[in-house]
Amino acid sequence: MNERRQFCTFWMGQRLYGMPVEEVQEVIREQEMTRVPLAGAMVRGLINLRGKIVTAIDLRKGLGLGEQEAKGPLMNVVVSNEDQVVSFLVDAIGDVLDVEEEAFEDIPDTLQGEARHLVTGVYKLGSGLLHVLDAGKCAQLGET
Amino acid sequence: MASKGKNRKEDGKPEPEVKRPIPEQVSDQGMSDEIVRDFLVESNENLDLLDRELVKLEKDPTNRDTLSSIFRTIHTIKGTCGFLGFGKLESVAHAGENLLSLLRDGAIALTPDRTTALLGLVDAVRQMLASIESQGCEGERNDERLIETLKRLQKDPACQVAAEAAAAKELEEIREAKAEEKKEAAVEPPKPLGKILVEQGTVTPEDVAYAVQKQLEGDTRSIGEILLERGLVKSQDLLTAVQTQQQQAAKSAISESSIRVDVVLLDRLMNLVGELVLARNQILQHTQGVQDAALVASGQRLNLITSELQEGVMKTRMQPIGNIWSKFPRTVRDVAMSCGKEVRIEMEGKDTDLDKTIIEAIKDPLTHLVRNSVDHGIETPEARIAAGKTPEGLLHLRAYHEGGQVNIEIRDDGAGLNTEKIKKKAVQRRLITAEQAARLSDHEACNLIFLPGFSTAETVTNVSGRGVGMDVVKTNIEKIGGTVEVQTRAGVGTTVKMKIPLTLAIIPALLVTSDGERFAIPQVSLLELVRIEEQNVAKSLERVQGAPVYRLRGQLLPLVYLNKELKLERTASDQDGGVNIIVLQADGRQFGLVVDQVNDTEEIVVKPLNKQLKSIHAFAGATILGDGRVALILDVRGLAQSAGLVDNRQDRASATALLEEPGQQAADGKQSLLVFENKDGGRMAIQLSMVARLEEFPPETVEKTGDREVVQYRGQIMPLVRVSDALSGETSAGNAAPESGPMQVVVYADEGRNIGLVVEQILDIVEENLVLQQPARRAGVLGTMVIQKKVTDLIDVKELVRLSGGIEAPATEAEIHE
Repeated sequence: MNERRQFCTFWMGQRLYGMPVEEVQEVIREQEMTRVPLAGAMVRGLINLRGKIVTAIDLRKGLGLGEQEAKGPLMNVVVSNEDQVVSFLVDAIGDVLDVEEEAFEDIPDTLQGEARHLVTGVYKLGSGLLHVLDAGKCAQLGET
Repeated sequence: MASKGKNRKEDGKPEPEVKRPIPEQVSDQGMSDEIVRDFLVESNENLDLLDRELVKLEKDPTNRDTLSSIFRTIHTIKGTCGFLGFGKLESVAHAGENLLSLLRDGAIALTPDRTTALLGLVDAVRQMLASIESQGCEGERNDERLIETLKRLQKDPACQVAAEAAAAKELEEIREAKAEEKKEAAVEPPKPLGKILVEQGTVTPEDVAYAVQKQLEGDTRSIGEILLERGLVKSQDLLTAVQTQQQQAAKSAISESSIRVDVVLLDRLMNLVGELVLARNQILQHTQGVQDAALVASGQRLNLITSELQEGVMKTRMQPIGNIWSKFPRTVRDVAMSCGKEVRIEMEGKDTDLDKTIIEAIKDPLTHLVRNSVDHGIETPEARIAAGKTPEGLLHLRAYHEGGQVNIEIRDDGAGLNTEKIKKKAVQRRLITAEQAARLSDHEACNLIFLPGFSTAETVTNVSGRGVGMDVVKTNIEKIGGTVEVQTRAGVGTTVKMKIPLTLAIIPALLVTSDGERFAIPQVSLLELVRIEEQNVAKSLERVQGAPVYRLRGQLLPLVYLNKELKLERTASDQDGGVNIIVLQADGRQFGLVVDQVNDTEEIVVKPLNKQLKSIHAFAGATILGDGRVALILDVRGLAQSAGLVDNRQDRASATALLEEPGQQAADGKQSLLVFENKDGGRMAIQLSMVARLEEFPPETVEKTGDREVVQYRGQIMPLVRVSDALSGETSAGNAAPESGPMQVVVYADEGRNIGLVVEQILDIVEENLVLQQPARRAGVLGTMVIQKKVTDLIDVKELVRLSGGIEAPATEAEIHE
């Protein structure tokens, strides 16, 4: 049985992350952002996605990765989940990867901190590791 | 496409009974589900219609058209139930149908009993439909009694009509067949002119036959012309007949030209149009500097088309208010029956359109107001006759557009509100104090009925009087940006007036900037804008215990800095020296919001915030501005609450404002103080919590026991203490100078006994933080503070009473919050 899954991947720093391709609605370039005062630290602001107002969540902060080294434009990974749409801000977009289910492994027990419940596991790729993120849990980062 | 949402439907007109094409094979579950859903939607509409028609019928029991229409509707429901296998529903509908068929034949007459039973039938069917909708089955119901009643009512002992079951059954079967025909005929093309004329009674069937014969013989003129020429019909009659025919034609045309549309689809269209408007705005901006004439021209065309499209889509969401009003005749009838009243309902402006969401939001408040008017407003027939009115009360509903808003009035010609009774009740329920009540105008007293926990009904009826209604009405109306007010005249009636915005989706808003971010403030809560120039800032902005205030026409307006409230980086004042104050109103409180810049007003499209941000009460939503950027909409109420604003009694005291401190002590350390004037003209204050009552005593009621002055008060002997004498160390007996007017007495209750403090004049009740600015200078005074900008001594009542001598003061210290 060679089950395969597709992931939409993106980079933050040197790490490769991914979300199941079915959950990702679209990927767009950096948008003009409106700050939301009083909102949680993970909320970067609101963007106008063709007339729809979408909350943008700072995934770097959520994963505890700290500031981006070279301040480049951020990309929006727009995910629709449970009839709401959120956007995750990431450094750069990778390819859509086709991975084999066999290559999956749970996260090591040594992984601690906030990232632990956001990352569901990793896929071993030829070139490195793909961290799989739980989009629903990531979306909850924005809740105050 | 079966959804609960329905397209605009003409009120009072039977839903076109277009036969739905039944799929030849009900091949899968989904298909039959769809049929059931269609059945539910259709039946619910039919039931609403039944409600209306039954009430109409009761007014005019001989109207055969109405009766037939009712019969047809019930028959349709019965038929479909049988087809879909809802047995219980069918048997109930069947019993009703039998009764109706007798009624229609004139075999029995319509009595209130029968109407009630038939309405009961409608309710039973409605409940079963609801249960089918939610659970897919009719539910565990026992309608034996209802069926029994319906059967019993078929017999009419008074008329002795032979309504034997067998005969009725036979009759009914024949009628069923007839009804079937009629039903088919419901969408038939308009009747021929000849038939109309005969029905009008202007010509005989023979005349028509003659004219038709003529036509057959080759006369190419119309029947009307032939008849007219022969002098068989007057031109006037002919004209009416032609008009009737045209009306019928129009009717059938309408029924064929409307379709049901899913509301979700309309919402999506609305969103898309909103985006199109933004795209258009951007294109227009780009074409401004362009020389290309063709591009500019198409830009303008795009502009026009978009505006029209926007208007059109907006219209699809509009519904006439008649849609909710149509339920009221039934409501009014039921309420009137249950409290033995006679009420006629009149409606004006049924076609007034409102956004669907608004219609939904005002449905319950309106229903409540209507019930209230019948239950409390309109008197019993006997009382009405005694007051020289007709026994039948009138409830008048009116809706009309005015200045971009919809006004809705509910007027009754009842007894009017009894303002004295309302005040008494409010005091009794501790909603306001007696002093506050005394100061209220009639108009303000009327608005007391909107306070939570208020109800004047002597007895709690099952209709109203639970005291949960009017405040909910007010809150719900205010939630959608509307207002409610009551006007009343004793003996003439009461009018409740509502002002409702046309739509919630698009609202006028003021755009402001703070710390570089733009925010939108809904204009409904906006009162005025104030700008203080740099040179005046220091002078105009004052502080009350550190809290900034601005004196607006002599009244202190608490200021809230938006930057501070939203924890933005900069504070407003360093923008350009001047200060922009936006005077806002929320919950009857006023406050000034200080922002960096006031930009412009704009019509904004309100969009909800994501789940993650819902918990921030400072924002009501977000919107997309003309340049495509997102701006947050401020929630004025939320802001006021988070800023901890407590209403100051001094500002335009509205009934709601009075309620903001349910006890006498407000949440944040403020206390209510009674301010009075002493004999020597000095101002003094006493904590209101220590005051039991305020009384007036004529000087002659003062008696003496030993060297003390006392009065008889509520079966007790109450000692009097003259505040000025007690403070100056004199005993009361030493200075019993005769008084000219009644004495003002503050009754102070202490451990079951009352002591009367005689003061010169009661001035006011204020709310203040108890911060003594000077320690006590003399015994009996706790200290000195500034109240309403005047130096006021705060009295230590217990000490004062002890000073006056003779009366033992309890040892406990006065409880003062420092």
